[in-house]
Amino acid sequence: MPLFLDETQETLADTVRPFMAGEAPVAHLRALRDADDPAGFSRDLWRQFGEMGFTGVLVDEADGGLGMGHVEAGIVLEEIGRNLTPSPFLGTAVGAVEALRAADAALKQAWLPGIVSGETVAALALDESARHRPQSVALKAERQGNGFRLTGTKQFVAFGHEADMLIVSARSSGDVADEDGVTLFAVPRSQPGVSVVSARLADSSFAARVEFDGVELDGSAVIGEVDDGRATLNRILSGVRAGASSEMVGVAEGASAMTLDYIKQRKQFGRIIGSYQALQHRAAHLYSEMEVARAATLKAQQSLDAGSADEDRDASVAKAMAGMASSLAVREAVQMHGGIGMTDEYDVGFFMKRQRVLAEMFGDADFHADRLARMEGY
Amino acid sequence: MADELETFRREVRDWLEANCPSEMRTPMRSEKDVCWGGRNFTFASDAQKQWLEVMAQRGWTVPDWPKEYGGGGLSPAEAKVLKQEMAALGCRVPLQSFGISMLGPALLEYGTEEQKLEHLPKIARGEIRWCQGYSEPNAGSDLASLATSAEDKGDHFLVNGQKVWTSYADQADWIFCLVRTDTSQKQGGISFLLFDMESEGVSTKPILLISGSSPFCETFFDDVKVPKDQVLGEINQGWTVAKYLLGHEREMISGMGGRAQGPSLSEYALGKLGRDEQGRLDDPVLRARIAMFEVRSHAFAAMSERFMDRLKAGRIHPAQPSMMKYYGTELNKDRHELLMAAGGSDALEWESESSGEGKAARAWLRTKANSIEGGTSEIQLNIIAKRILELPEG
Repeated sequence: MPLFLDETQETLADTVRPFMAGEAPVAHLRALRDADDPAGFSRDLWRQFGEMGFTGVLVDEADGGLGMGHVEAGIVLEEIGRNLTPSPFLGTAVGAVEALRAADAALKQAWLPGIVSGETVAALALDESARHRPQSVALKAERQGNGFRLTGTKQFVAFGHEADMLIVSARSSGDVADEDGVTLFAVPRSQPGVSVVSARLADSSFAARVEFDGVELDGSAVIGEVDDGRATLNRILSGVRAGASSEMVGVAEGASAMTLDYIKQRKQFGRIIGSYQALQHRAAHLYSEMEVARAATLKAQQSLDAGSADEDRDASVAKAMAGMASSLAVREAVQMHGGIGMTDEYDVGFFMKRQRVLAEMFGDADFHADRLARMEGY
Repeated sequence: MADELETFRREVRDWLEANCPSEMRTPMRSEKDVCWGGRNFTFASDAQKQWLEVMAQRGWTVPDWPKEYGGGGLSPAEAKVLKQEMAALGCRVPLQSFGISMLGPALLEYGTEEQKLEHLPKIARGEIRWCQGYSEPNAGSDLASLATSAEDKGDHFLVNGQKVWTSYADQADWIFCLVRTDTSQKQGGISFLLFDMESEGVSTKPILLISGSSPFCETFFDDVKVPKDQVLGEINQGWTVAKYLLGHEREMISGMGGRAQGPSLSEYALGKLGRDEQGRLDDPVLRARIAMFEVRSHAFAAMSERFMDRLKAGRIHPAQPSMMKYYGTELNKDRHELLMAAGGSDALEWESESSGEGKAARAWLRTKANSIEGGTSEIQLNIIAKRILELPEG
């Protein structure tokens, strides 16, 4: 498979690009923030995503979705990134859908139709500490009758305050860092014992701390096999890491497009500042980093779609590389804009804030470099 | 389509299994294992010679060139399969040459039918080794200011001047050379000549580098007669050919940043430093630096794959090779800095059996030229800024 978008994928990109730029440009984020919108995203837009088929991009056609892959999900996420569109797409349409692939028919039927139509929002409740450490899972799942009782806390649950359902990793046996003994659950947020405290983040999105205080679930909430959820957890994570990489590529593209426009018209000392080699070389270096990040991201998505043995590695490479490249993009964006880049009135700062959140989410570049080293045996 | 490709893949695998000598499936130990071909080439082994011959016979030294010019006539997808299967079996490249990577593409694009039939098959079979006469003492980054003159003498040109940084000029059979045929215009006064290095008036002098080796020469032309039909492209249109060819040179140099070259950095470091109690490389900061490097290295491998795929599909920005060259060479320099760090004082030895006569240190120093030759990193950044990002002239 060549490492570029095929014709069908280009067509999808041609649909998504004007849609996102038209319906949810950066001004949409600014309006939500200025209104102190308690959801932090638009349910109407989410339903529109459903009508356009975006929310079901990864859902099998048999289940009402488009039956496409991570490459296509990445196309949507890149435009979400470019426009800084507040959306639960990554957690729901990539993370939860990837989780539900491993679920039985009843659980799929319970959640997928709502996701496909754009009614349902799901969130990933996986992190338990400020730094991403998915290998340790402490939240307890104790057997109780035919079901389970969940006790513990999750944090950095994006859109957790608005989610209808939470994908939760839990320790059903063994020690905190054991590979085995992890079970995944699809938990309705309305389930008694679930409490959510949400916080606005630097980028004005919301993430929640979710407490599970003896939450009782029957066996039907289990995704896949009891004690055997690690492989599915890894696959969810690889999917959302690749997805977050696409979103970061989009953020970087958005920020650097603004910056290039700016340095092509701003004059100092009687010259367009973009004609100075000091800026040209930095812009060209940034372009190179972004191209490499884009290639690594597409590679990861193709690996995921092909079920390649390298999918975990490729996802880590993508997340680290896209994290580094997009970080450079937003830092250069603010610096090259000069003083105006520091003002709230100007949009470029939003890109910096969003990038920082995405870089942290599901492991930053340090985490993934370390993970790559472990995978490669050093 | 996919089925046909899988059939082709199986055929290729079987053929390689049957025809690639086992010695040619081991990693190259040094520069000496590279097969350059040419009139005066001494094969390092019978296996190297045999491998070249069987591959040339199939046209697979240049798999995507047309068959009538000695190529394999493979589609881009088939050529990629061949490359993948060769990599999977660890097959060495049977023939490496500037004829293949640089002149050949330019001949295919700009050559007359006679020129193609004359030169391409000899390149494909490794019979003629080419060198590139571009840089001059006063024309480096500003290449178009070159002064080597070719005076029109009716049926031939008379060439006078000097080239520098001519790779392996002392071992090459023919040269493709930029010369000035019109002094009234800069780029528009350059022509692209092909001539035999055995012509009267050509002499070469190797340049000793900081690495201790002499891959480059000074090349002198003193009243060298070159027949008029040995111009590639039109007279005074040589700059167009040169730019086209530089793109291919940049692809080749950028390929050096790929992951296939040499021993794995982490394996080398583990061999030198060992593991800590948790099985990690026993030097936490170096381990982190290597890991960060490997992220970029894997990502650039994906970039190289994407670049080649898009190139073959005709979907590449003409300045994209500059980005590949810039990133690949800088990455390769980083890799050798890390190899030196992992090797510690062992890697500093210049003349000792245990160091393979200073292999690590010499290779490290050699990589410093990567970001100078074929257009410096700074020139590549200028090209990206102007041609891709469309930033204004200063």
